[in-house]
Amino acid sequence: MSASKAAVERWTPESRIAIGAAAVILVVLALGPSIFSANAVDKLTTLFIYVILALMWNALVGFCGLVSIGQQAFFGLGAYAAIRLANWGVSVYPSLFLGALIVGALSWPLSIVMLRLKGGEFAIGMWVVAELAHLLVNLDTLVRGETGTSLIELDAYASGSRRALTYWCALAAMTGLLAIVFQLLRSPLGAAIQAIRDNEEAAESIGVRVASAKRLVFTLAAFGAAMGGALWVATALTFQPKAYFNPLWTAYMIFMALVGGLGTFEGAILGAVIFFAIEAWFGAMGVWYLVGLGATALVFALFFPRGFWGWVEDRTSLRLLPIGYRLRLASPTGAVADRPKT
Amino acid sequence: MIFINQILQGVLLGGYYALIACGLSFMFGVMGVINLAHGSLAVVSAYALYVLADRFGVEPFIGLCVVAPLMALVGWALQRLVLERSARGGILVPVLSTFGLSIVLDNLLFQGFGADTRSLAPYIGDLSYDSWSLTDEIAIGKLAALTMAVAIVMLGGIQTFLNRTLIGRAIRATAEDPDTVGLVGVNARRVNAIAAAIALATVAVAGAFLGMRATFDPYAGATQLIFAFEAAVIGGAGSLWGTLVGGVVLGVAQSLGALVNPQGFFIAGHIAFFAVLFARLFLGRFGDRVRIALSGAMRA
Repeated sequence: MSASKAAVERWTPESRIAIGAAAVILVVLALGPSIFSANAVDKLTTLFIYVILALMWNALVGFCGLVSIGQQAFFGLGAYAAIRLANWGVSVYPSLFLGALIVGALSWPLSIVMLRLKGGEFAIGMWVVAELAHLLVNLDTLVRGETGTSLIELDAYASGSRRALTYWCALAAMTGLLAIVFQLLRSPLGAAIQAIRDNEEAAESIGVRVASAKRLVFTLAAFGAAMGGALWVATALTFQPKAYFNPLWTAYMIFMALVGGLGTFEGAILGAVIFFAIEAWFGAMGVWYLVGLGATALVFALFFPRGFWGWVEDRTSLRLLPIGYRLRLASPTGAVADRPKT
Repeated sequence: MIFINQILQGVLLGGYYALIACGLSFMFGVMGVINLAHGSLAVVSAYALYVLADRFGVEPFIGLCVVAPLMALVGWALQRLVLERSARGGILVPVLSTFGLSIVLDNLLFQGFGADTRSLAPYIGDLSYDSWSLTDEIAIGKLAALTMAVAIVMLGGIQTFLNRTLIGRAIRATAEDPDTVGLVGVNARRVNAIAAAIALATVAVAGAFLGMRATFDPYAGATQLIFAFEAAVIGGAGSLWGTLVGGVVLGVAQSLGALVNPQGFFIAGHIAFFAVLFARLFLGRFGDRVRIALSGAMRA
């Protein structure tokens, strides 16, 4: 095996095709409201929000090893912040983004306290954060306790333009967050974050700044979940605290990330699409649907912790996105062996 | 006077929290696993006792003689089928799998029993409302006093069991190092399954008191888990007597919060939890600094 035949590569033919296809899909999606039916536009908006939620939970857990059962805190606060800002007279669509930014900023000091908790303690500790956030939001007279309120400022828009604007906001938020996570994973910080997930002490010993890296991902995930909540209130119009601060949202995030593939970028998107399809087919079954979701999450956690995309990655050397590096070696027989490296 | 009464009721409420936190704290301390289905399993026990009382006329205290061993078996199965396998996947997988399990349990209960709230209070006669009057304004409920007594006996019993018995020592040794205990002839798998069985038997007792002191519904598990977790963390996770202190702190904070605002009951409990967490963060650092200063002074 001669050294001259070995090469480290990031871009592969498949990943070039995948990125090209993603660009084409994005252009088509951007034209969505003028191509698709109103129903399809609504459905896609929901799907974009699911992708955001799956991506953000996956970033927190799959890349950083922080399991949180309390991401509904940020989902609910994002929706509440949008309503609060709109009520104060901020233009309604900017308030969706501004609200999420404020929640993200607030999560930074919170991370300092919460990240002191480890493993399961962090997971339920975040749930307590969500419960407290829920109770405090209920104290605002605008929300009127569990009765809730609605984003009435959206009534200023005709239903057609409202649908299109919400769709574009969701598409823009999803694309932006996908791009941020993609860039983050390609950067040295991305490698640091995944090193923390694999072994925190070892990562620290080779000079990874563990605390600040975790804090950054925590804040990004909080911002993303808040963005999802703000977009959700823009599609649902009504805000009932109980529905938004429900741990079921975290259950959905877990389901999407786990089934799609924990710790893989493509897995989050795949998981969101699978969840979207399952909800469309079985959502009407009510309680049994939820039993099925819980049972599927349990089975995947026990038997397929790497999810669908992890299964694909393990069996093929397929990498659709140029995130890791891989070593291409020429074997003695002259055949080229792939050695994926993440 | 109302203030003193409120504190007293809070202390007694703490007895219930210690009871529900006992199994969670024990499992965390011994096996290092936080069982997110803990609250749901307590609610399952309450429903089991309700069915025994409602359909078969079995009083809850007698029903517990059936349900507690059954829950112990559930604990054994939980360890063998779910926790053992999860633990191999790292510290995160048990969190995911037990959370999935709690969703399954909650929704199966909803499917079986509907949204109606239930209570075991009608099946325990006047114990549910009888009380001893200390003064005109202060009274101690008999059930609340019994809850506290059971919590103390159970925590003390488990502590004694861990300290004095062979199997108790094996459980503690396995908690320290599951690989090394194998060298001295302890079967770590069996010991962990026994520990899980004990934890779930305490969950059955907690479920009985949950049902007797108030009402419950299929989705009550999440709240029970959170209260148990708060009591365990305030008391110092894994420490059994600490759990009693944690339960009392939580109960008193909630009772006092209820005086301020109708929602203050829950808010004050959560704030007490974060206050303890924050204090530990700040005072821990402060303590370190004192220690460093002292050792520096001694060397000089």
